[in-house]
Amino acid sequence: MALAGTRSAGQATLALAIALFLGVFLVVPVATVVYVAFTEKGGGGLTLVNFLDFARTDLFVRSFWNSVYVSAMTVVWASALALPLAYLTTRFEFRGAMLVQTLGFLPLVMPPFVGAVAMQLLFGRNGSVNLLLDEWLGIKIGFMEGLNGVIFLQAIHYFPFILVNLSAALRNIDRAMEEAAQNLGSHGLRLFRRIALPLALPGFIAGASLVFVKVFDDVATPLLLNVKEMLAPQAYLRITSIGIDDPMGYVISVVLIGVAVATMWASALVLKGKDYATTQRGGGGLARRKLKPRESALAYAVVILILTLVLAPHVGLLLLSFATVWSYSPLPDGYTLAHYARVLGDSSGYIKNTLLYSSLAAGIDVVIGGAIAYLVLRTKLPGRQWLDWAASTALAVPGVVLGIGYLRAFYGVKMPDGTPLAALWIVIVLAIAIRRLPYALRAAYAALQQISVSLEEAAENLGATKARTVRRIVIPLMTGGLLAGFVTSFATAAVELSAVLILVQSNSDAPLAYGLYVLMQTPAGRGAGAALGVIAVVLVAICMGLAQLAADRSQRARGLDI
Amino acid sequence: MIRLFTLAVGLTLALVLAAGAAFAQTGKVTVVTSFSKDVTDPLKKAFEKAVPGATLEVQNRNTNAGVKFLEETKANNQVDLFWASAPDAFEVLKGKKLLSPYKPKATGIAEKVGSYPVNDRDGFYSGFAASGYGIMWNERYVKANKLPTPKEWQDLATAPYFDHVSISAPSRSGTTHLTIETILQGEGWDKGWRTTKEISGNLRQVTDRSFGVPEAVNSGQVGYGIVIDFFAFSSQGAGFPVKFVYPSVTTLVPANVGIVANAPNKAGAEAFIEFLLSPVGQEALLEPTIRRLPIRQETYAKAPADYPNPFKDKNLHGLLTFNAELSESRNAAVDTLFDQLITFQLEPLKAATKVLHEVDAALAKKDNAQARALAKEARDLIAAMPITAAQAASPEIRAAFTGGKEKSARQAELEQQWAAFAKEKYAAAKAKADEALKLAR
Repeated sequence: MALAGTRSAGQATLALAIALFLGVFLVVPVATVVYVAFTEKGGGGLTLVNFLDFARTDLFVRSFWNSVYVSAMTVVWASALALPLAYLTTRFEFRGAMLVQTLGFLPLVMPPFVGAVAMQLLFGRNGSVNLLLDEWLGIKIGFMEGLNGVIFLQAIHYFPFILVNLSAALRNIDRAMEEAAQNLGSHGLRLFRRIALPLALPGFIAGASLVFVKVFDDVATPLLLNVKEMLAPQAYLRITSIGIDDPMGYVISVVLIGVAVATMWASALVLKGKDYATTQRGGGGLARRKLKPRESALAYAVVILILTLVLAPHVGLLLLSFATVWSYSPLPDGYTLAHYARVLGDSSGYIKNTLLYSSLAAGIDVVIGGAIAYLVLRTKLPGRQWLDWAASTALAVPGVVLGIGYLRAFYGVKMPDGTPLAALWIVIVLAIAIRRLPYALRAAYAALQQISVSLEEAAENLGATKARTVRRIVIPLMTGGLLAGFVTSFATAAVELSAVLILVQSNSDAPLAYGLYVLMQTPAGRGAGAALGVIAVVLVAICMGLAQLAADRSQRARGLDI
Repeated sequence: MIRLFTLAVGLTLALVLAAGAAFAQTGKVTVVTSFSKDVTDPLKKAFEKAVPGATLEVQNRNTNAGVKFLEETKANNQVDLFWASAPDAFEVLKGKKLLSPYKPKATGIAEKVGSYPVNDRDGFYSGFAASGYGIMWNERYVKANKLPTPKEWQDLATAPYFDHVSISAPSRSGTTHLTIETILQGEGWDKGWRTTKEISGNLRQVTDRSFGVPEAVNSGQVGYGIVIDFFAFSSQGAGFPVKFVYPSVTTLVPANVGIVANAPNKAGAEAFIEFLLSPVGQEALLEPTIRRLPIRQETYAKAPADYPNPFKDKNLHGLLTFNAELSESRNAAVDTLFDQLITFQLEPLKAATKVLHEVDAALAKKDNAQARALAKEARDLIAAMPITAAQAASPEIRAAFTGGKEKSARQAELEQQWAAFAKEKYAAAKAKADEALKLAR
């Protein structure tokens, strides 16, 4: 009994610490901004009239359904892109699986602004593809027109969420499950449909729910396509227009947050009451089968096709960074190294800041995300779900809202020498960490769902304390998922802009994305911006390659140990 | 881990504090600006040379973010200057008491460029350069699609330009707002909106960033853009195949600088304004990457031969005197009307416009009085406005945007009314135009 008492006291302390962190760095700053949604303009009293106005305005209702449609369709297309890659690289002896995993992740790392320009130059109305189609066949395809254009770009951009989480989940499946099914005569697609996919469902749901919420709340892609009749762009445009102090922007933010929480709640509901845990962990994922030559050729063709499609924007970015002038033509007029020469001087500071901020933020995310997942799934603390939901709202809080909230909450807090707390670079790190926390959280959640609690019970029966069990059993078994979370948070933190743009107070504290933004506001800065974008992507790719390598190593090492 | 993290934060704080103390010298002038690096870098260099001991710390934010930033940080302000194009952003800052007045000592500065007064009448901000609005286009695009070369605003409303024009929303770009306001003041409320909607019927897109327009023209995604001159000039400087023209009625708008209230380094801020207005500062504006129009007449003697000169060129004089008070009184109403009648109703507006172009083409071949009358009715429907000029500036409408007591409806209600009005009129216009087309064929 005494042991149980200290145990839950420890858990409660942890839960309180996390609640405090989320309260100070997420809930309070956001609340200082969005409370406007509940007041009538000019009057102080609380009211719900603004929500009534929301429901009565055609534009908002139309935008809401457009957003739902786009998000749902994006999940479908993103799954279609992610499933073959994840399955082929985890299930079969597939040369270059690690390369595919790394490359398949890169679309998530699309630098702001310059990525948009590269996409337009390739897929736009007068992009390379359409100019060539027009010349050869006399047709043009509206890849980037309207809502379908948004779905196309979002699926390419966000499918890695599904890829990463699904791959991690597939790797965690006990190989004995598959062998048993094979012994009973199952094979091929049926094996995948009845055994692998259901067991990997937590990973898939984690990825799919992220994609849904992310697309619902994304501002950049719709605006780049000039699609304004979606909910998140409506909120963004209203909040950032000067002189219009209108509650509706914040009303929409509240709606966005509500949708995000509802999605997370629904995804938890889907998995509820089912057990995805398997006990045997040493095998390290699905048995890797050899592909027959014909199958192999088909598999490579599929993988290469998908990779070509999803990496096209990066190819465009690379071309742009070497291009002299690229305008209304399939390829640039000429090539030069001048853009790299121009940014090389400035970029070392940006690179250093980016690496520092992203790794700190991702570190915070993994620790907190892992802890929340543990508290929710393994303890009986009352209200533990709230931690999950609170952290998940970060997905839906627009970057500008968080940025303004930070200024409001922390700018008045003075350091001893008079500089405001919000002027310190660590505040940028915290903002990024909060914005990327849901990625790490979902990954940790999925990883823990796949671990059988009986392993922990066994350890405790053998006399291990809770803390020791977590350290020696839970964390090692979660490594793959936590790493996936770290990589996702890190890579996307490296190109985060919206909150950073509000919080950066001096050039010496600025990360790459800010430098890129500054360059991309001038015609002459386009090539240089692209060069900086390429540097960012390469940087992230290297870090991810290293992380993948580490993951593979650790998995192999564990496989041998047991 | 959490304890480790707290420790790390504590350590970092200590380090940053130490660094902060070392940098606390008097010469640092902090400026929040929407101007790009191409503009700020040469001016920073020239300023630091002209005023020894001073350093210029540039915080680059877009205009909207800059205003928000000053608003949110006013309790503990660390910024000396706000430096941007859009005069309306300065008006907002002034209204929120975030600027402190300063009368520049420099002499020889023009009172007006074109028709727009250079300085704020209350002395809260000063103009230091001017820019004019015009039309820029991508030569390759125009050639490939066999399109004409524009000269006047009205050209953009004609059939060949359908779906080829881009503009930024006036609610998102202070300079576009001034252009629309100039049209409204020049032609009157009803006629001005008619012109604006006729051009808008040909729009390919309404961007949410000023720079989105030259970006799309440069990469050839749209043919023509309504832009401020320096976007076109600096695009040409970067090698893009683009051309630019000032229509015969254009508007010159000043770019401004103002001292932030409670500036930590007010003396440094004043020094920077004096530098911008000095002969050296004005000459720096001629640099190819900057290309703003100086407001010192004698500076033009040093300009390249083809440099526009508002003190000489007739078309830059402007035909009307810009009424800043009128503009301010209906600022929010004009922005919101444009958004609700054009930006968010672009598809129906374009659908009606497209048919009207076809009617015109058919009528040119074979005239039909009845069809002509129907087309005119359709055009009148498109041009119809939900409110009059007097209403736009009325206390009731203004209060809807500010939350004042006189308001007759909430902003959201007004927006819904205006949007529904436009939707209905455009649909009716399309029906009339369809009918006209049947008759004309």
